[in-house]
Amino acid sequence: MLKIKNLKAQINGKQILKGINLEVNAGEIHAIMGPNGSGKSTLAAVLAGRDYVEVNHGEVIFMGKNLLEISPEERARMGIFLGFQYPVEIPGVSMVSFMRTAVNEIRKYRNLSPLSSSDFLKYMREKKELIEIDTQLTNRSVNEGFSGGEKKKNEIFQMAMLEPKLSILDETDSGLDIDALKIVANGVNKLKNSDNAYVVITHYQRLLDYIIPDFVHVLYDGKIVKTAGKELALELEKNGYDWIKKEYQN
Amino acid sequence: MTTNIFQNTAIENIQKTFNEQFNNAKGFSHLKDIKNLALNNFLKAGFPSKKSEQYKYTSLEQHFAGTYKYFPFSIEGRINVDEIFKCDVPNLDTHLIILINGWFYATSKQNLLYETNQGIIYGSLLEAINKYPEKVLQYIKLQNETNILDNLNMALMQDGLFVYIPKNTKLDKPIQVINLVVANEPVQIYPRHLFISESSNLTQILFCDHSLNASPFIMNGNINVILNKEAKLEFYRIQNAHNHSVQLTNNNIEQDEESYYKGIYITLHGGTVRNNINVNLNGTKATNEMYGLWLADKNQHIDYYTEVKHRKPNCQSNQFFKSILDDEATGIFSGKILVEKNAQKTNAYQSNKNLIISPKAKVRSKPHLEIYADDVKCSHGSATGKLDDDAMFYLRSRGISQKESCQLLMFAFASDITKQISLLPLKEEIDHLVNKRLRGELSRCNRCSITCC
Repeated sequence: MLKIKNLKAQINGKQILKGINLEVNAGEIHAIMGPNGSGKSTLAAVLAGRDYVEVNHGEVIFMGKNLLEISPEERARMGIFLGFQYPVEIPGVSMVSFMRTAVNEIRKYRNLSPLSSSDFLKYMREKKELIEIDTQLTNRSVNEGFSGGEKKKNEIFQMAMLEPKLSILDETDSGLDIDALKIVANGVNKLKNSDNAYVVITHYQRLLDYIIPDFVHVLYDGKIVKTAGKELALELEKNGYDWIKKEYQN
Repeated sequence: MTTNIFQNTAIENIQKTFNEQFNNAKGFSHLKDIKNLALNNFLKAGFPSKKSEQYKYTSLEQHFAGTYKYFPFSIEGRINVDEIFKCDVPNLDTHLIILINGWFYATSKQNLLYETNQGIIYGSLLEAINKYPEKVLQYIKLQNETNILDNLNMALMQDGLFVYIPKNTKLDKPIQVINLVVANEPVQIYPRHLFISESSNLTQILFCDHSLNASPFIMNGNINVILNKEAKLEFYRIQNAHNHSVQLTNNNIEQDEESYYKGIYITLHGGTVRNNINVNLNGTKATNEMYGLWLADKNQHIDYYTEVKHRKPNCQSNQFFKSILDDEATGIFSGKILVEKNAQKTNAYQSNKNLIISPKAKVRSKPHLEIYADDVKCSHGSATGKLDDDAMFYLRSRGISQKESCQLLMFAFASDITKQISLLPLKEEIDHLVNKRLRGELSRCNRCSITCC
């Protein structure tokens, strides 16, 4: 589904990603861990198409297409979803009109007719129940006045609505209490199937108690320096990143 | 030099227009003195120069130098309004009043003046002056000697809406005024309106300016609001004309103690627009809230000038004005809050926010505070910027196109003002019009056959 080959990228002239290689297939969950400043969020930004990151080497192939030449909205329609580390508050844009516009754009891309208002509301209700998100949140403006946890739940709700192929969750667990964390993890577990894939970027191991990854990658200094199974996460939790850093420097 | 040529022609034109009505028109016998005074005030002061703080960005004389037809008399009976104009705010039940080219238009079913059993009166201002001179004339006053729009309006005044709501009465539904321009040649129009309320029951007045085609016009209107003790008024002004229109308004609001005024001003479309809004808080514990939104593109020029004077203690005022400017449009907001020496415990706020879509659009924003009391809470702020990059990206990352994301964000920016509309059917219609306007579609109402742009 996704192939990243020797990806290098910089922000304001500073080289952040220094050669990332990663392959993600349908049905897989990948966790990307790493200390602060290692390039985790930059990788997510490149995949979603943020223009402040400048890719200066390598390629990203998604569903057989060169992702780097495609606009953010087109990527979303193809099935890429970014769960934001800091979801943006947009006062005045209601969740309903935001989601209806997005769902119908994506349906158009998939050659489906737009949902009528009543069908849309029904669809939204189903997804809300699935995700166990508070009904009131969807009656408000996008993220406006939401607590940190509510914002993250709202990201998972949007993911449920848009049914992406590849979801990149950028530190979705940060700032969450344990109940909110469970809701986020349950959402992912319910939506997971053999046709979609997840890249879960996280700083802590605790999210991985609830979302069981097939692979754990450690990103350090702009490169994936270690890849292993879920046991790697436990080891990182216990011993921190210092041993990885030492191993890498040697 | 050019300015002088405009000046002279404009002043000649105005004098000629004045004579046309003054010497011939009936129905103005009570107003002869004040009209004369107004003209003389104007002739003495002339047009404001470029150095004038108030008219720094909007010059007037060039507009008045053009040739515009004037209607010194009522034109009733010449137009079948029902056929050409259907106002279309679904589910909005109002007392509908139509003004055509400055004149009250009474259809066969209507009177010039309505009077309810309770003593509520509304209808033609000229009719009200002639029928109740002893009551109405005291309010037909000039604001001051130098207010050019007020003087010009008074000198050339035609007709307009009169509303009187006595104490302890309540109007059963809002009054809606369609201020219509109907002409196939350039016209000049001088409507004058007077609203007086003594009632603590809320009165709602909705004012819509429309034009039936893209023929140029100048409208110099005057809206006077008198709110007595505890009176409450909600006033909506929707301006929706075309690029060849010049719409000037002098809005004067006098508020007595514990009165409440909420004004919502929305300019969807206009060539040159100047709205003066003067508020005098003359009694204690009065509240004034004003919200404004203007949307301009092409070479449109929209200038709002507000002045809120706190003259007595314990009053509150809040001004919130926003604009969205595209292409080479110009938007101006000059807002002044004046707190007089004895107006202690004043709460006065003012905010102006502008969204610039095109790099060639221009914004002039000038908030101004003048405070002579020492125990007050006042603030003002002004911000002009582009659409937020993070919000744009957030929307696009969900599959929404750049253009559509831009629309959603502009609409959200505007909704800060439109959400203040408490007449829900009107709010829905305005949201709809704003949306269409932002999409570059003509923002005329659905079922209206007007082709105005």
